[in-house]
Amino acid sequence: METITSIKPLLAVLASLLVTPMLVSSRAPNVRETWTFVAAVAKFLIVASMVPLVLQGTEIVYTVAEVIPGVAIKFRVDALGMIFALVASSLWIITSAYSIGYMRGLDEHSQTRYFCFFAFALSATIGVAFSGNLLTLYLFYEMLSFATYPLVTHHQDHEARSSGRKYLLYIVGTSIGLLLPAMLISYSLTGTLEFGKQGFLAGAGASKGLIGLLLFMFIFGFAKAGIMPFHSWLPAAMVAPTPVSALLHAVAVVKVGVFSIVRVLTGVFGTDLLSSLNLGVPIVYVASVTILVGSFIALSQDNLKRLLAFSTIAQLSYIVLGVGLLSPKGMTGGMMHIAMHAFGKITLFFCAGAIFVATGKKNISEMVGIGRRMPVTLTAFFIAALSIIGMPPCGGFLSKWYLVLGSLQAHQMPILFVLLASSLLNAAYFMPFVYKAFFCTPKEAMFENTVKEAPAFCVVPLVITALISIIMFFYPEPFLKLASMVVSNITGT
Amino acid sequence: MSQQYPALLIVVPLLSALVISAAGWANRRLCFPIAVAALSVSAYCSIGLLRQVVDHGVIVYRLGGWPPPWGIAYYVDHLNGLVLAVVSIVALVNLVASKRSIEEEFSEKAGAFYTLYVLMVTGLLGISATGDAFNLYVLLEVAALTGYGMLAMGHKDRAALATLNYLYMGTIGACFYLLGVGYLYIVTGSLNMADIARLLPDLYQSKTVFAAFLICMVGVWLKMAFFPLHAWLPNAYTYAPSAASSLIAPLVTKVMIYVMIRLMLTVFTPAFAFEAIAVSEAVVWLAVLAIFIGAIMALAERNLKKMLTYIIIAEVGYMVGGAWLGNRAGMTGAILHIANDAIMTLCAFLAVGCMVYKTKGADFEDLKGLFRKMPFTMGAFVLAAMSIIGVPPTCGFFSKWYLITGAIQAGHYGFMVALIFSSLVCVVLFFRIIEIGYYEPFADHHGHGHDHHSEPPAPMDEAPLSMLVPLLIVAAGLVVVGLYTGDIVEHVVRFAIPKGLV
Repeated sequence: METITSIKPLLAVLASLLVTPMLVSSRAPNVRETWTFVAAVAKFLIVASMVPLVLQGTEIVYTVAEVIPGVAIKFRVDALGMIFALVASSLWIITSAYSIGYMRGLDEHSQTRYFCFFAFALSATIGVAFSGNLLTLYLFYEMLSFATYPLVTHHQDHEARSSGRKYLLYIVGTSIGLLLPAMLISYSLTGTLEFGKQGFLAGAGASKGLIGLLLFMFIFGFAKAGIMPFHSWLPAAMVAPTPVSALLHAVAVVKVGVFSIVRVLTGVFGTDLLSSLNLGVPIVYVASVTILVGSFIALSQDNLKRLLAFSTIAQLSYIVLGVGLLSPKGMTGGMMHIAMHAFGKITLFFCAGAIFVATGKKNISEMVGIGRRMPVTLTAFFIAALSIIGMPPCGGFLSKWYLVLGSLQAHQMPILFVLLASSLLNAAYFMPFVYKAFFCTPKEAMFENTVKEAPAFCVVPLVITALISIIMFFYPEPFLKLASMVVSNITGT
Repeated sequence: MSQQYPALLIVVPLLSALVISAAGWANRRLCFPIAVAALSVSAYCSIGLLRQVVDHGVIVYRLGGWPPPWGIAYYVDHLNGLVLAVVSIVALVNLVASKRSIEEEFSEKAGAFYTLYVLMVTGLLGISATGDAFNLYVLLEVAALTGYGMLAMGHKDRAALATLNYLYMGTIGACFYLLGVGYLYIVTGSLNMADIARLLPDLYQSKTVFAAFLICMVGVWLKMAFFPLHAWLPNAYTYAPSAASSLIAPLVTKVMIYVMIRLMLTVFTPAFAFEAIAVSEAVVWLAVLAIFIGAIMALAERNLKKMLTYIIIAEVGYMVGGAWLGNRAGMTGAILHIANDAIMTLCAFLAVGCMVYKTKGADFEDLKGLFRKMPFTMGAFVLAAMSIIGVPPTCGFFSKWYLITGAIQAGHYGFMVALIFSSLVCVVLFFRIIEIGYYEPFADHHGHGHDHHSEPPAPMDEAPLSMLVPLLIVAAGLVVVGLYTGDIVEHVVRFAIPKGLV
């Protein structure tokens, strides 16, 4: 494989710095928001400019500094990182527009701080996507944990404080308590942290017990992935303003968690090592438990954002499950799901936020008949829900299709039933809400029968993301191609 | 000129202290510039020395031209080259940053304070530079006595008693060290470290040498507040004036760690320290206890400054434990942490100094709403907190990296657990502070408010620029030093550790 050195990955990470001028223009909101767009578009363009090279199979590397002899802060752009970076950077632009509608619609305080930390968080997200070794990944992973704290606790009230505590306890607690020692043990075993094609632990000669222990520490150490029992920070973090929940807790933060797990499974352990020790099976079952339990809990939620949070917890484990299957189709499905789920779930969050901005309602039980008041929003919600359930013509169908094929390929029949059951559960918690939103007797309806949508800045982004969810069914090319490149690179075919 | 750096390093501040003392009577406004000039010369010399050591190797300087072992020799290698640079830079930055608070806290006695300050730095630099075991004792007392003087100038009710307690314990510690040096003198007939190191290997079977080593160790452990000899430290540092605590807290314990490592590596040999006497396992477990106790005691405090003093006790545990793991990674971590901990403690205490300057207190109650009032100070404080927690890319992460690697390689998982436990406790400790500064006082609204504009936010009220700029430089230094860890280890720390230690 060809490798070229270029500063672009670093620029992509640092593009967020373009928001710095907003600190002095905080009194002129329009100027301030312009800088957010400048930074978001610049970041996306830099990321996108690397796509052609990555599609040709070239890797782009850049070493920032050798911070520990033998271990550098190093970027490496490959197909897997590109999937995630593309999703995160493109959605940042859309979310920025949505943020303006939401934050101004609610007349929120400290908006400058909000936009600054948002940019900071995106910097860390792209950093994770382009990490070339475990140290770099850990650096940006931690940076993201702390950068999102002021966003999660934006309201600065008692509820925000207790959620913030839970957020840090789970995320930083696991990263320092499990991830850091796991990384250092791996380093002591092998003397390297560089992600390899088939992992760097493979030749270390560690016992099966130690590999198993490390696997446990890594998988649960990335608590951002929301694998049970380290999931309950995510529903708590829903106190954040909805754009934060949308981008960070449906796309950036949680996907950083699963992305890191995927990266570690493929680049640290290597699929050959995992399948030779038969360690894929426990991963798949841990993920299955999270999928089913998460979906069951979602069934009982009345608060729309909490429902979406539990749905996210379940959906994230699809990705872990896909890679844990260790079969080519399964891995392809898992990696595609990073993108498919992102566009679907962000639409759902956008809708929840739009409903809140327009009506002030947070609970499903108070939203009967809302479809007549906000038809565009609810139609988008319906499309995105279909994508999450995995129905054509939405992108979510494709990733689920590959996951099903993958479980067949891995001869894991029980997983087939998990996937099937989960789809039914997804339908069971989304469809009654959508149905009640549109079809209700005039007596039941809680809203007047006049169309009154949220501000355009809220509605346009969610329409765009819903459309992308459909488009990705017909044109899954960039993500499908990238995912199959990752897989063929791993399996060597 | 540059051959004279080792002497200038010490002599310039020593003589300047006398001048400052005189200037204190004549014209008090001259004291500060003289002190800054003196410490700038020291800092310049020490950086020059470090560069010379990195480029050309060890420097031996004979004071007055007398050859050792009769004369006093200053001996600068990679280990103390690093320590000298850290001590002189920290002292200089802190002096500049503390001018306003010194002049506000004791306008009349500012001259006396500057004199003590510069004398103390002289003592610390001397301890680090000297190659003579007895001379080290003398300078230890110079640094200690001036330290007692500065600490006692703090809180009007509590400082005197706390300092008296420290004085007793510190004197006992120094006596222990002196006793150990006496034993060494009895068996070797020499006080020059290099000379002792040459004579000792034949005597390693001797019980006297064994006793001398342990007694010296107990002495320095007492002076560095190593558990269970730590009880004097929290009160002495808490009730001290801001300027004194931000000098003494970063430096004194670290210089004592240096003395310990110097004794272990140069005067004695690693083989003797780790193998001939079988105490290293016990010492590392004591370090584990130090870390646990320090972290837990810090949790119980409701005063920011006192909380930080307990963290220092835990940090001392980091370094002692790392040094006694008996491998290269652990020793690298300990030496690196001398520099890193000095910078991050300085950053934390300078930030506290700014807060105290504005709010007149460091109780948790005083910190409410500080993010709005003092955003830059709090920003620097958060960076210091990140470094103490051990978040990359701040420097605290990298020393922790080496310490944990050392623990894993030595198979000492107790120490690894202690380090991780302490990081987690630090997250709790610092986020408690951050929470108070960020949330409180709680606004009068519930849930998602449309009414955020009901009350105007408190206006920004930052510390003066002369305090803020040095603080921000130190905070930026945390990241810069972190990113240059590779170079520091490759060019300095690697050579500070004998080749035999793997």
